[in-house]
Amino acid sequence: MNFNKKSPWILHYDGSSCNGCDIGVLACLTPLYDVERFGVINTGNPRHADILLLTGSLNAQNIPVVQQIYDQMPEPKVVAAIGICATSGGIFAECYNVVGGVDKVLPVDVYVPGCAARPQAIIDGVVKALSILDEKQNALKGR
Amino acid sequence: MGKRTVIPFGPQHPVLPEPIHLDLVLEDEKVVEAIPQIGYIHRGLEKLVEKRDFKQYTYVAERICGICSFMHGMGYCMAVEGIMEIEVPERGKFLRTIWAEVSRIHSHLLWLGLTADAFGFESLFMHSWRLREEVLDLFEQTTGGRVIFSVCDIGGVRKDIDAEMLNTMVSVLTRMEKELRDLTDVFLNDMSVKHRTVGVGVLSKEKAQETGAVGPMARASGISVDMRTLGYAAYKHLQFEPITAEAGDSYARMEVRIGEVYQAIELIRQCVELIPEGDVITKIKGNPNGEHFIRLEQPRGEVIYYVKANGTSFLDRFRVRTPTFANVPALLETLKDCDLADVPILILTIDPCISCTER
Repeated sequence: MNFNKKSPWILHYDGSSCNGCDIGVLACLTPLYDVERFGVINTGNPRHADILLLTGSLNAQNIPVVQQIYDQMPEPKVVAAIGICATSGGIFAECYNVVGGVDKVLPVDVYVPGCAARPQAIIDGVVKALSILDEKQNALKGR
Repeated sequence: MGKRTVIPFGPQHPVLPEPIHLDLVLEDEKVVEAIPQIGYIHRGLEKLVEKRDFKQYTYVAERICGICSFMHGMGYCMAVEGIMEIEVPERGKFLRTIWAEVSRIHSHLLWLGLTADAFGFESLFMHSWRLREEVLDLFEQTTGGRVIFSVCDIGGVRKDIDAEMLNTMVSVLTRMEKELRDLTDVFLNDMSVKHRTVGVGVLSKEKAQETGAVGPMARASGISVDMRTLGYAAYKHLQFEPITAEAGDSYARMEVRIGEVYQAIELIRQCVELIPEGDVITKIKGNPNGEHFIRLEQPRGEVIYYVKANGTSFLDRFRVRTPTFANVPALLETLKDCDLADVPILILTIDPCISCTER
C-alpha cells in the first residue's frame, strides 16, 4: 500500500455551484463526519493536494483557473466531480453561462451524485478516489 | 510613502469557500484600495425563466444559493403569489416563517464557524459546525433535505409539520440554546477573538448609509433596518425588535449575528405557540399576468425579487438583488486602510455568498 492511500489531502474548488455541495464538502471535515480521523486534510495549496474535489459546473471564466489548479497538483492526482452540476450541469445545464460538467475540461475519475451531494456520498467518493489514486501511484512506479 | 504593490487575492484561496477575486493595492502592509472582480460562478439562471415554466422555476430559484435556499424559494413564490393574488393559508405562512428562521440559525452558525476559521480558531469552527448539524437534522426530519428542501411551492408549502414534531423542534432548539451560550461566550468574551475583531474594519453609520449596506452589516453600524418588520409571512403576528449595535466593527457584526440566532429561536417558539390548524397550500389556477416586487430579510440582509409575467406559463423576467451584492461596496470601504493580515476576516465579516451575488 502506498503512503498517500493512508492520508490523502484534498483540495476543494467551487466551479459555479450554489454552495449546497460546498458546505457538504466542508461538513465532511467537521465533528459529525470528521474525515480528519482518516488522515484526510483539506488544504488550500494545490501543490499539497492529492484529490481535487470540484463542485459546480464550469464556465468560460473559471476554466483557466480550474486548469491551472489541476496542472499545479503533483502526480498522481485524482479528480472527483461532486454533485450533479459538476457531473453534467444539472438543473443549470441549459443556462447560457454553463459549459457543462467538469469532464469537459479535466479527466474526472469519480462522479458523486446528488443535489446537493450528501456528506456520506462525498466521503464514499473520496474512498473510491483512494483506490484510483493507489492504481495511479503503482502505474507511476512501474514507469 | 512606500512603494505600491498589487497582490491578487483569490479566486482560489484557503479562506474562501467560493471564488471571488480581489486586487489588493498595498502600501507596505496597509491596503490602499481593493478592486473586486466577480463572475467566476455566474450561471445566468435568471434567463432560465424562458425555458422552465413558472411552477418548475421554484426549484431553480431555490438553487440560487444553497445556504438560504428556503428563503430564495419563498421569495420567488411570494412574488408569483402577489401577481396571481393568491392568499396563502395561515398555517402555510407560519410554516414558512419557521423554516425561514431555522435557515437563519443554520446560516449564522455556518458564518460563525467560517469566521473562526478565518482568524485561526479551529476548534471554534468545529464546534459551530457541530451545532449546525443538529439544525440540519431538523431540516432533514421536516423536509427530507439537508440544504435544498423543495418544500416551498406557489400557494403555500408542500409538507406539513405535525404538532409532535413542532414540539420536538422547540425542545431540540432549547437544548441547543444552552450549548450555544457556551459557544457564543467564547466568541464574545475570549481575549484572542476580541483582539482580532474589536476595532477591525469599522464602518461608520454615515458610510453604511452611503454605500447602501443591508442586513447585519447595516445593523451593526446602528441602522435599525430589518425587512421582517414589514410583516410578510407570519412575522406580523410575532413580537421582535431588530437587533442593532453601534460600534460598526467586526465585533459588532458578530454580536448582531449571535443576537439573531437567539432571536430566531425565540421566534420559532412564538410560531409554535401561535400556529393555527388548517391547510398548508391552496390550489392555483391559470397563469400569472403582471409584475410584482418583494422584499425579504435573509440571514445576510435585504433581498429583492422582481417578477414580470405575461399570461403564459413562462415568465418574462425574474430579477434578484441579493444582500451580498449590496454589501460589496461596504466591504470595499472597510478594506481601505486595513492591514493585509486582516483582509480574510474582513471579507468574511460581510458573510459573503458569492453564488447569490452572481447567480
